Amino acid sequence: MLDQVSAHEAAPAGQPGPALAVRGLSKRFGDRVAFQDLTFEIGRGEVFGFLGPNGAGKTTTVRTLGTLLAPTAGSATVAGFQLVPENAVEIRRRIAIMPETPGLYLKLTVVENLECFADLYEVADPGDRIAAALRAVNLADRSHDTCGTLSKGLRQRVALARALLSDPEVLFLDEPTAGLDPVAAREVHELIDGLRKQGVTIFLTTHRLEEAERLCDRVAILNTTLRTIGRPGELRDQLFAKSITVRTLNPLADPGQLFTGLKAVDSWRQAGTTGSYVLAVSDPSIAAPVATRALVAAGADVLSIAESHHSLEDVYLELIAEDPEASRTEA
Amino acid sequence: MSKRRIWAILRKEVREYRRNRSVIYGMAILPLVFAIQPLVAVLRLSTEASGGLAHEHVLLYMLGIPTLVPVFVAAYSVAGERQQGTLEPALTTPVRGDEFLIGKALAALLPSLVIAYLVFAVFVGIVEVKAAPNVAASVMQPMDLLAQLLFTPLLACWTVWVAIAISTRSNDVRVAQQLGVLASLPPVFVTVMIALNVIQPTPELAIGCGALLIVLDVFGWRLVSGLFDRERLISGSH
Ligand SMILES: Nc1ncnc2c1ncn2[C@@H]1O[C@H](COP(=O)(O)OP(=O)(O)OP(=O)(O)O)[C@@H](O)[C@H]1O
Ligand SMILES: [Mg+2]
Repeated sequence: MLDQVSAHEAAPAGQPGPALAVRGLSKRFGDRVAFQDLTFEIGRGEVFGFLGPNGAGKTTTVRTLGTLLAPTAGSATVAGFQLVPENAVEIRRRIAIMPETPGLYLKLTVVENLECFADLYEVADPGDRIAAALRAVNLADRSHDTCGTLSKGLRQRVALARALLSDPEVLFLDEPTAGLDPVAAREVHELIDGLRKQGVTIFLTTHRLEEAERLCDRVAILNTTLRTIGRPGELRDQLFAKSITVRTLNPLADPGQLFTGLKAVDSWRQAGTTGSYVLAVSDPSIAAPVATRALVAAGADVLSIAESHHSLEDVYLELIAEDPEASRTEA
Repeated sequence: MSKRRIWAILRKEVREYRRNRSVIYGMAILPLVFAIQPLVAVLRLSTEASGGLAHEHVLLYMLGIPTLVPVFVAAYSVAGERQQGTLEPALTTPVRGDEFLIGKALAALLPSLVIAYLVFAVFVGIVEVKAAPNVAASVMQPMDLLAQLLFTPLLACWTVWVAIAISTRSNDVRVAQQLGVLASLPPVFVTVMIALNVIQPTPELAIGCGALLIVLDVFGWRLVSGLFDRERLISGSH
């Protein structure tokens, strides 16, 4: 269906087609594969997290979708336009990229930087837009400071304001909170939340897993090839069997007899510390009360029964650990 | 092509150069070098010595100014942005390669023309007022004045394109500036030869040189436009 969108026409604005659709996209630099065979779609208004270790190909993916680099294989549509050189200007009109490094003109003031970009995007009412962008990133009072005098975090915010100027349909943020202190990072998070409410599609690359978990509707984990894609919660469930952890004051006399055959409990094992047991379960909400009753009936002193929680970090480490280098050295 | 985007680049460049001492000094010192030596020479001549000037074309020395002054800015234009990491954000905007380059070229060309004509006007003014009467008359040969006016933009334009071409292929600003100076020496050499009357200036020669420069300027523009490759500019720094 996407292939029917011809090179020079887009789906009319506001149509529900995906904001980004990527099929078998690959990019290599000579022999080095930056990313390979990416296939995914991002819906309009979605906040999409793109996670991966250093060198996974995140920045190269952003640059490729942003028409700065030509893919070596595969196809994509960005903001409704086929990713081909003839559409590059139309695509760039509809997207904005906040690159890894802010890349501000350090000898110019904040406003002068933004004026340049407002003109490059041919923004109507540049004065108003600049003021609004500066308010959005809390920089209105620093607007006449020379960028070279700003701290790293403030520069990052100027870069963010610059990306907001043109009211983009798709906003690419390449590690927007890298190097920011927790307060500044939270401000960026709030800003992203605000943009989501306005319906902006956001493609967010990050190393911060808690950031992805908090902000993103879906995440993809990349290590040259896509390892997985889905909602953070779904990924956890896919990857890790559900389990509950039981802790008792004293070790149980016969845990095997107690846990085997309980409803919704598939298996059990002793955890690291004595008096601690992990039960693999099909449904924690059935297994936990059943196990509690069995433990009480056996006279055990129960300290806690808790559903084991796997963070996105566990998912990430599990997937990245599988074969960190294998795909990167493919010829 | 969008005038507003060209203007955005031009204004940004001029704002940056105004605050960049090395650019200002470079653009200021060079014209002095080219103007002071002939000026001193002319002012020291007595009326009797003016005969020797009839075979020299002192004014043409000053064509070195529009030929060399744009190098500093033009050679910096792309390589400098790349070094600073500001090229990537600019290239992710809808700006077209041609708009970007024309903005950059104008930012190098216009100040250079202003400087060249200004220094020339000051030179002419001082000679008129201070030089011995016969000397002034011999220096102000009408054809030389006309040549100065017409060749200034043609030469400056050529330098701008050559230096920008070098700049798009260079990772280092200083190297780009040095190569740019080297590349603009041949036209400087030719004008000096003409000024010294080693090459006899004739109307035919002037028309020939003018036509050649126009061709070269158009070729230079095509060359630079062809060399502008986003992918190379972004990923070449690795
Ligand atoms: N211009 C280039 N020329 C050659 N190789 C490149 C180029 N750009 C990127 N690469 C290589 O492509 C791979 C992916 O790089 P990329 O910058 O996309 O990674 P990343 O996921 O953004 O990493 P990080 O988290 O460190 O920012 C790396 O192996 C990198 O060395
Ligand atoms: Mg990166």
